[in-house]
Amino acid sequence: MTDLLPSVEALAARIPDGARIAVPPDYSYCANALWRAAIRKGVKNLHLIGVPVFGYHGDVLIGAGCVATVETSAVTLGENGLAPRFTAAVKEGRLRTLDATCPAIHAGLQAAERGAPFSVMRGLIGSDILVRRPDWRLINNPFGTDDPVVAIPALRPDFAVFHAPKADRHGNVWIGVRRECMLMAHAARDSLVTVEEIVDGDLTADPVTAAGTIPALYVTAMTEAKQGAWPQALPGVYAADQAHLARYAEMARTEDGFARYLSETVIGREAAE
Amino acid sequence: MTEVRPEEILIGSIADMLADLRHVAVGASSPVPGAAALLARARSGGSLRVSVLGSRDHNFFTDGGKELFDCAGQGRIDAFFLSGAQIDGKANINLVSIGDPDRPKARFPGSFGSAYLYYVVPRVILFRMEHTVRTLVDTVDFISAPGTSEPNVYRPGGPYKMITDRCLFAFDKSRARFTLESVHPGHTVEEVAEHTGFAYDVPDAVLQTPVPDAETLALIRGPVAEQIAEVYPAFATSVFGSAKAA
Repeated sequence: MTDLLPSVEALAARIPDGARIAVPPDYSYCANALWRAAIRKGVKNLHLIGVPVFGYHGDVLIGAGCVATVETSAVTLGENGLAPRFTAAVKEGRLRTLDATCPAIHAGLQAAERGAPFSVMRGLIGSDILVRRPDWRLINNPFGTDDPVVAIPALRPDFAVFHAPKADRHGNVWIGVRRECMLMAHAARDSLVTVEEIVDGDLTADPVTAAGTIPALYVTAMTEAKQGAWPQALPGVYAADQAHLARYAEMARTEDGFARYLSETVIGREAAE
Repeated sequence: MTEVRPEEILIGSIADMLADLRHVAVGASSPVPGAAALLARARSGGSLRVSVLGSRDHNFFTDGGKELFDCAGQGRIDAFFLSGAQIDGKANINLVSIGDPDRPKARFPGSFGSAYLYYVVPRVILFRMEHTVRTLVDTVDFISAPGTSEPNVYRPGGPYKMITDRCLFAFDKSRARFTLESVHPGHTVEEVAEHTGFAYDVPDAVLQTPVPDAETLALIRGPVAEQIAEVYPAFATSVFGSAKAA
């Protein structure tokens, strides 16, 4: 059964230090209220997996000292430029970076959701990405002749973490077309989910909603969090707080500015969630 | 009519490269290519499909972030756009770092889908809005994706043209080399040579990149400006002085 928890603080308590966590990109469903709670709890040494990239939420976690490793195809604040805490941490050698390319992350997760040892993909050959990923292997297509392809091992995160528009009380979570959240939930051992709204009824009962719904089978624990994606968008529900994100990009350029950002927006603000 | 902006010349020029295609996809951090694709669609009479990453209004995918790549792998995407912190004379692109990747002098966002899409999309258009010897280099520090591949590597796709804020290059895959195709109004062949860090070919006669006609400008400043503002509000505000309310 999916655990229905009373608060983002209670859900954040489920995230242990060192966990390998799959997170969605900025244009998807980012669980910022939960991440603020995780920062307050002081979670450490996370291994963040961008599916296939991440932005603001990961940069804040890196700045707050919660992350040891990132495995991603990019980290960016989009129109607000480079992710400043990510960039600083890499340059200072404080962050282990496993650079990937988007479909390689998807390929690894797809192997995991099938329970298969690896997926095979085109591309990558001749890139320094492949040179720097000894965990990926160049193999010959067994059905061809002299046809090198890249084997990507199953990528099985400990957790998938995202914020969805709605769920029912059984733990079925509606994600609509944001199916990277479905892929993450299938591949991860556990999924910790916040939702904008918990609704009555059963989202799997009607095929119209069921097609965009992650069954409760995959959802370990969840909680309701109003405005849980803020300051990022919850696509289809509310827009990003562009002014706030621009201000973050500015403040996070320095260590001091970032510390002020955390104290204004995250620390001691349990009641605001 | 107000003066034609440099971005509008690039948008018009890129849109010309997309005529007669079936499906053009636009990735992250690509406002000029996005506007160009939307312009090409507006002129296509409905035959061109365009998908813009991050857009709700101009993105028809329903299978999550992976669908763009799966679609490209099957050959269902005809053109895509890539950039690079550095791009070299063999069309290798670097989206990762300068110096040792573990302790870099500069670190950029990362390779995104380049190490796949550069191989499988037939017409990849490179764009770099800062044309200097710092960005267009002899050899990149890190290969996010190579411009060309060994003959045994599956590679139906690759670089087609490269457009910068100064000029347009064509790329010859068989020789792994750029040729200067046109310079934008207000720029010169000599200036391009001075600001390019790699060797390339220069034909006897170099054209001037055409300025969009009145009809094209009206499309760019009207529906295209409004559509691109959904995904790139800051770009739309700075170039067109307008942004759609979110």
